[in-house]
Amino acid sequence: MLLLLTLLPFAAAAVVAPLWSRAHRFAAGISVLVPLGTAVALLSLAPAVWRGEPLLEPHAWAPSVGVSLSFHLDGLSLLFSLLISGIGALVLLYSQGYLHGSPNLGRFCATLLFFMGSMLGVVLANNLVALFVFWELTSFSSYLLIGFESSRLKARNAALQALLVTGIGGLALLAGAVLLALAAGSYEITEVLAAGGLRQHALYLPILLLILGAAFTKSAQFPFHFWLPSAMEAPAPVSAYLHSATMVKAGVYLLARLNPALGGGAEWPLLLGLFGGATMLIGVVVAFFKNDLKQILAYSTIGVLGTLVLMIGVGTPDAFKAMAAYLLAHALYKGSLFLMSGAVDHETGTRDIGELSGLRRAMPLTAAVALIAAVSMAGLPPTLGFIGKELLYESANHAPAYAWLVTAALAVNGAILFAVAAMAGYKPFAGPLRSPKPPHEAPWTLWTAPGVAAVLGLVLGLAPRAAESAIRSAASAVAGAPVSVELSLFHGFNLPLLLTAAGVIVGGLLYIYRSRIAGLAPRSAPVTAGGVYDRLLAALVGFAALQTRWLQSGYLRAYLKIIILTAVLLGGYALLTRNAAAAALSVSDARFHELIVGGLILAGTIATVRARSRMISVAAVGAVGVGVSLIFVLFGAPDLAMTQLTIEALTVVLLVFVFHHLPDFSLKSRRPVRVLDVALCATAGVFMGALVLAAGAERPWPSISSYFTDNSRDLAGGRNVVNVILTDFRGLDTFGEITVLAIAGIGVYALLRLNMDEIRRREGARTAPSEAAIPAATTAPDRETP
Amino acid sequence: MNSVILSAATVLLKPLLTFISLFVLLRGHNEPGGGFVGGLIAASAFVLQAIAHGVPPARRSLRVRPRLLIAGGLLTAAASGLISVAMGAPFMTGQTYALPVLGWKLSTALLFDIGVYLVVMGAVLHIIFTLVEDAP
Repeated sequence: MLLLLTLLPFAAAAVVAPLWSRAHRFAAGISVLVPLGTAVALLSLAPAVWRGEPLLEPHAWAPSVGVSLSFHLDGLSLLFSLLISGIGALVLLYSQGYLHGSPNLGRFCATLLFFMGSMLGVVLANNLVALFVFWELTSFSSYLLIGFESSRLKARNAALQALLVTGIGGLALLAGAVLLALAAGSYEITEVLAAGGLRQHALYLPILLLILGAAFTKSAQFPFHFWLPSAMEAPAPVSAYLHSATMVKAGVYLLARLNPALGGGAEWPLLLGLFGGATMLIGVVVAFFKNDLKQILAYSTIGVLGTLVLMIGVGTPDAFKAMAAYLLAHALYKGSLFLMSGAVDHETGTRDIGELSGLRRAMPLTAAVALIAAVSMAGLPPTLGFIGKELLYESANHAPAYAWLVTAALAVNGAILFAVAAMAGYKPFAGPLRSPKPPHEAPWTLWTAPGVAAVLGLVLGLAPRAAESAIRSAASAVAGAPVSVELSLFHGFNLPLLLTAAGVIVGGLLYIYRSRIAGLAPRSAPVTAGGVYDRLLAALVGFAALQTRWLQSGYLRAYLKIIILTAVLLGGYALLTRNAAAAALSVSDARFHELIVGGLILAGTIATVRARSRMISVAAVGAVGVGVSLIFVLFGAPDLAMTQLTIEALTVVLLVFVFHHLPDFSLKSRRPVRVLDVALCATAGVFMGALVLAAGAERPWPSISSYFTDNSRDLAGGRNVVNVILTDFRGLDTFGEITVLAIAGIGVYALLRLNMDEIRRREGARTAPSEAAIPAATTAPDRETP
Repeated sequence: MNSVILSAATVLLKPLLTFISLFVLLRGHNEPGGGFVGGLIAASAFVLQAIAHGVPPARRSLRVRPRLLIAGGLLTAAASGLISVAMGAPFMTGQTYALPVLGWKLSTALLFDIGVYLVVMGAVLHIIFTLVEDAP
């Protein structure tokens, strides 16, 4: 069932895109109904999970290495997967209106569905490797969606930035998952959580840092937060879905999921509290100084993600309860505000709140939706946002350590967030009508989707008992023990209510005097995380260019030198240190005709080097090859001899035809260079000789040959052992080799043909290219910087 | 290359070489030979024709493009490995079937060797035809 639910969006994605042009309405229906159906199916499973009976569904994947495709639906997974599918349905409905008439709408919906499947996989997977795979898929679909308007350079850069930052986090997750599985003895998350004693394990600190690296990059925690505001290049539905409601919460999910195993101790609360708190305050303060609606919402999202991480760090059952409630409230109001900002952009052509006011006259429904969502964001009753914020204050007040500091930080955050909510949800709609182009009410798809989310936040605020079971079971899963939850709108006159009142007053003042305060802020920060990222990226590209210039000269002889030198140095070091070169070299037992063949090979080699004409040189190389074939014949390897002889013949033919591409033979290099070349080649020859002797002398392991000769008949039904090894015992190796041969054949063809065409085009006539022209043309694309 | 002797010899040698290549391929499992050397010999038959009569006649008598030989060979080799998967054994487990007549045996190893033969022949011809066509 869970496997089906996870795979269904992928299947829908594959169906929707090709169907779009032929059966547009049908495809659009699928793309809205699939997430809706998923949400309904999850709701039907919900009562059992809320009763405390999680659903565990194992599927074998690679059992020999402990990797399975097992799924687990508990309170935490359920809360997330309901958000993913529910908001997914709303976002896909909204997209139909937002991108109405766009030729790429089909691709857009397909990618959103693909993302939805990946994200469901992240929160439902019960195996660390499966979790990692789905995690990477979300990064990948985020890349596609941020860069959806791929003709714009800014969108492409933002997509790449997000991919690189979250991709590095993904690698950290893989490493962390492997270490975690080593420490806990299983890749299954339920078993990892049950393992116990992980905090005392020697690998605890590396695991912690890697997992935090993954979670902090994904959930845009300081100092990795910069990719999220850049990601606002994406269309509004993507910002609402991936970059506020679901994907950026994957990091929070990971921390919450692993809290029972890794939480507690000294490092966990400290790191989570420090980074979460810093992210919260930086996010909300920067949001206050922004004018672009989406940037305001993006930075306030960063702030909220910081709050959620901070709550996991606080680590009390109350804090988990607050985290779950606030997460739900945030997904509802922020998703709705992002969609609303898209509707405003759609109708007015701008997102600058300085240029907008009084839109309520033209767009009353959008304005109403935005106001409801903003009230929840500001944390005012009677919304779920209010309840979530009260729980935050309450749990901070009872935090086990630094309660006053956490409470103060949250109170400051609450006050500024009030002002930010007013900027986003009130300012564009109040006062006299001002807009770059005369606005109209958005089409129904553009206000129903955010409307449903905003109203749900209001309804759950008025009837909080409806959300109780979801939040209780989620908080229990985070705590690893049952947590009791009773939600109500009014908690009595206490500290949280006082803080809320103070927040409203301070936030209101901030909002009223915003233009004056904004004038005090520095124009630009001296050091920004985004700037550091840009410099690091430039340094990486510079380093790549440098080592390409240094290593990829484009001259075959340079490559050969590097290869030979590396082989001689590394191999020679191994030979000398293992003292294996002591093998005796004796020619006394060689027979006369063997010596003659040896002499023939030697003479051929000398002739090849000394020759002053290419034809002679090729003929001499052929003679060397024939000599080697003779040795194969003498030592009983007819297969090798046959192959070698045919190869020799074909090589000579090949070389003769290559001549036409080469300039006339001449000695160009100076004498010292040639002396060095001779020395290098001689060393390489001595090394190879020593290697062969050592290989014959030293046999640290019993030989496998007898196995092949003994079994070739019985197991493989063939008498020719060489052929049986090639086609049966080591068939997979041969398969790899012929694949390489196929690639080489196509590669040589491509190099020759494309180069020839290029050179002919450039020179306009059929002339023999100079020696440097071929390699230079083939390596040129490598030097381009991305 | 305008050589009457070479041209005349090719007419005789090409079918002979092709026949030998098949012979070498088929006996490979029990006597010296196999797909690799067989493919090389088959390629040399067509290379000989390309040298004696030019590439266009050699391409014509080959009938298929060398690229297709490469692709077909790789697919044949892969298919030979998948037969055992279909029989429920691990990938590339050797399977043998005795034909009811003549006492001949068909094996997946032979099919695999035919794949090797085709890839080797295709790759060599692909490279050499291209080189020879480019030669002035």
